Amino acid sequence: MPKQKLLMIGNGMAGVRTIEEILDRDPEKYDITIIGDEPHPNYNRIMLSNILQNKMTPSEIILNDETWYASNNITLHTDEKAILIDRHTNTVTTTKRNISYDKLILATGSRAFILPIPGADLEGVLGFRTIADTEKMIETSKKYERATVIGGGLLGLEAARGLLDQGMDVTVIHLADWLMETQLDAKAGELLKADLEKQGMKFLMQKATAKIIGKSRVTGLAFKDGTQIETDLVVMAIGIKPEIELAQHANLPTGRGIVVDDFLNTADPDIFAVGECAEHNGIAYGLVAPLYEQGKVLADHLCGIENKGYRGSKMFTQLKVSGCDLFSAGDIKETADIKGVTIFNSIENKYKKIFMRDEKLVGVVLYGDTTEGNRLYNLLKKEEELTDFTLVSLLHKSGESENVSVAEMPDDESVCGCNGVTKGDITRAITDKGLTTIGEVTAHTKAGGSCGKCKPIIGDILEHTLGDDFVSAAPAGICGCTDLTRDQLIIQIRAKQLQTAKEVRHVLAFRNPEGCSKCRPALNYYLNMIWPQTHADEPESRYVNERLHANIQNDGTYSVIPRMYAGQTDPQQLIKIAKVAEKYNVPLLKLTGGQRIGLYGVKKEDLPKIWEELDMRSGFAYGKTLRTVKSCVGSKFCRFGTQDALALGEALERQFEFVDTPHKFKMGVSGCPRSCVESGVKDYGIICVENGYQIYIGGNGGTEVKEAQLLTTVATEQEVLDICSAFVQYYRETGVYMERTAPWLERMGMEHVREIILDPTEQAKLKDTLAEALAGRDDPWKQVLEDEEKQKLYHVERV
Amino acid sequence: MEKKYIADLENLTPLIGREIIMDGTTIALFRLTDDSVKAIENRCPHKNGPLAEGTVSGTNVFCPLHDYKISLETGVVAAPDEGCVKTYETVIENGKIYLVTAL
Ligand SMILES: Cc1cc2nc3c(=O)[nH]c(=O)nc-3n(C[C@H](O)[C@H](O)[C@H](O)COP(=O)(O)OP(=O)(O)OC[C@H]3O[C@@H](n4cnc5c(N)ncnc54)[C@H](O)[C@@H]3O)c2cc1C
Ligand code: SF4
Ligand code: FES
Repeated sequence: MPKQKLLMIGNGMAGVRTIEEILDRDPEKYDITIIGDEPHPNYNRIMLSNILQNKMTPSEIILNDETWYASNNITLHTDEKAILIDRHTNTVTTTKRNISYDKLILATGSRAFILPIPGADLEGVLGFRTIADTEKMIETSKKYERATVIGGGLLGLEAARGLLDQGMDVTVIHLADWLMETQLDAKAGELLKADLEKQGMKFLMQKATAKIIGKSRVTGLAFKDGTQIETDLVVMAIGIKPEIELAQHANLPTGRGIVVDDFLNTADPDIFAVGECAEHNGIAYGLVAPLYEQGKVLADHLCGIENKGYRGSKMFTQLKVSGCDLFSAGDIKETADIKGVTIFNSIENKYKKIFMRDEKLVGVVLYGDTTEGNRLYNLLKKEEELTDFTLVSLLHKSGESENVSVAEMPDDESVCGCNGVTKGDITRAITDKGLTTIGEVTAHTKAGGSCGKCKPIIGDILEHTLGDDFVSAAPAGICGCTDLTRDQLIIQIRAKQLQTAKEVRHVLAFRNPEGCSKCRPALNYYLNMIWPQTHADEPESRYVNERLHANIQNDGTYSVIPRMYAGQTDPQQLIKIAKVAEKYNVPLLKLTGGQRIGLYGVKKEDLPKIWEELDMRSGFAYGKTLRTVKSCVGSKFCRFGTQDALALGEALERQFEFVDTPHKFKMGVSGCPRSCVESGVKDYGIICVENGYQIYIGGNGGTEVKEAQLLTTVATEQEVLDICSAFVQYYRETGVYMERTAPWLERMGMEHVREIILDPTEQAKLKDTLAEALAGRDDPWKQVLEDEEKQKLYHVERV
Repeated sequence: MEKKYIADLENLTPLIGREIIMDGTTIALFRLTDDSVKAIENRCPHKNGPLAEGTVSGTNVFCPLHDYKISLETGVVAAPDEGCVKTYETVIENGKIYLVTAL
């Protein structure tokens, strides 16, 4: 019997999750086709906020990549819109073809609701819904300064925070008396507003927009009270509108959404609707948790598995803006029978309000400290009557709640609200499947895969479940001061916007408030990488070599190795080196492994004087940075040379000389495959060939010799430089401090790295980020010579 | 007892050591986060590493050569390594640092 044809319109979060659930139950049942009008495979829409807030990149938010569709035999048509459903012939017409179906799922989501006011169609007026919208905002922020967000709800505030992160001057227009008025009470709304104002956000409250002003592009806004403001960008975040047109034209009953029954069935037995476009019991939901619950019910139903049907969901809200931790769930309006109890700690700005009806918890608002959110939400969902005792504990937990222990957490408590995953589900997966990392838990249970707020708790559960094994099995903390791994630290630093190492150690509860010789330089590196323009480098956390810009020797003296681009020097330099060596009695002059001249055995006090007399730049032979580009003479002199290896070597060395990397980074350029400079054991090695340049990456000649792997062959020098930028930056962003490129490449996977750095958009982005990080960097020796304060580091007092 | 002036507090960067040579011995001087000052012999008991160039954390210094951890208060090397360096008493008066030496 041929398989039944299942067609889905809408390639978004709820729809594709439903397909995943179907595949979990019966992968052979349907022949599946998906139509989506966005040009991307399914991505995590929730994380658009994080892209705008510079915490993630578009490639990181893809949930199902093309290979997922292919390996599950799903036909995917992207960039294609469904325009008509013919219910008589069971056919859907798209902008490109006709497709027939046995079963049809509508998962068309919603679109941003745009106020129907004059000027709403002007250039520069946007919604916030898609990757395209997000890219448009980022693009606009590069050219224009002022942004206005209409709507002070969840989406509007996340957009506003993101636009601030893009460097814009941002004003939020809000109609109600306080922010997020449906999820927060007045007090929490005020606290939120005060915190956002501290972050630089401006507000116009109780303002109704009447008109958008501008000729072809927006230039301002006019309000009903007659006032106006100027702006270059308007983001409308006043709500969403379920996408129901197709269903309406097909004469399916609709209200706000497409009306469905408890099995997500529309009025047509062959047509179902799931996600934001569906309306169940009068409600069209706008958060993923209920939509995923619907997906499970629909999957059961379509696979012939008995199910009680969908009964509606309770929801909670969290805001993805650092420094504004809030949690809201249930009924939060006080009425005759709903009573609120408030606790406010004005010193730490922690606010908690719970709402009770007939001895039951019906609503929660938390601001400032949301660790109790899950626990309270669980009590709320269970609808149990609370005794006096639990009521007291409910209230008193606040303040001491920072260490909500996963040991005490009941098994049925929800950990990942978005995906409805409980602590029990997670512990079972950990023990049954031998999971040891948060990533694996997400892969197996989906917990942590949507808004990501629950990842720290998953980490705690891993640790609790595995006990001592956790330390050996999972990547342990970066040093004895913390149990957090490199990845956890980076996520926390970005999410909590931690700006200094001290703050990191404090907020993330390092056991040793001043760190140790392992985490101090590592944190300094990570902070420099994450906040390249704002983090003030901490010399006291640098290893002596990088603090003094010279390599310490076994007897406490130092070496001086000046820069010689691609190993080239000239008579003047040689004379100066000779003079200095004589004058300061330098015990050893030697050629280094990297084709440079080294002066060894120099006293600390003499370093600045020697640099001054040499008048050459630092060769960085001491740092976790680009060391040297070893080059052969190539076609300039060698009879085998195919390209100008020297010029390319020099160009590479000049472009990357000030970059800082997780570990030292070496390059080599050979003029032909004889590879005289051993390009095959370089982090970035080039072998020139007749038609261009072969690029090898991840070769190390150190403690563990690793052969470099061929990345690609390119035709021009410019491509060699561009790919190098992308490679270096990707290594900087994902490398563990002190991890060389060979183990890094092994960990990341050659294919993955290749995909990222050869993808034109990713490559361009990485290149830009690196250029930004390198902007303004200068020769450190010169900086010491120009700054008396810095010279003090080299002084020895004699008393 | 004798007090010997060795440096000004404001000239020391917190957590970065300074090398002082006094009557032929070299001393590593440190200003800690709380602005207190510690002085120890500038020679690691392991292989003579210059402790003034080490990483300072709390009241310990990590030797720059092989990462021995040495207490700035007692001069004792933390286990599992072994050894001990001489410590010196200091006082600060009006921003001036003095070393206290037995006559
Ligand atoms: C910036 C932002 C932040 C958010 N934050 C959160 C959060 O923190 N927590 C939370 O739970 N939720 C959050 N949400 C909401 C969440 O993303 C949505 O609830 C979820 O994506 C809805 O899934 P869906 O499949 O119903 O719709 P969508 O994910 O929108 O998918 C629908 C897809 O169908 C396509 N489509 C529509 N019509 C057609 C057609 N005729 N032909 C072909 N394709 C069509 C659309 O282009 C779209 O790709 C956020 C949303 C945004 C935009
Ligand atoms: S690598 Fe080739 S071009 Fe370069 S020196 Fe060796 S033989 Fe000549
Ligand atoms: S010399 Fe100090 S640790 Fe080796």
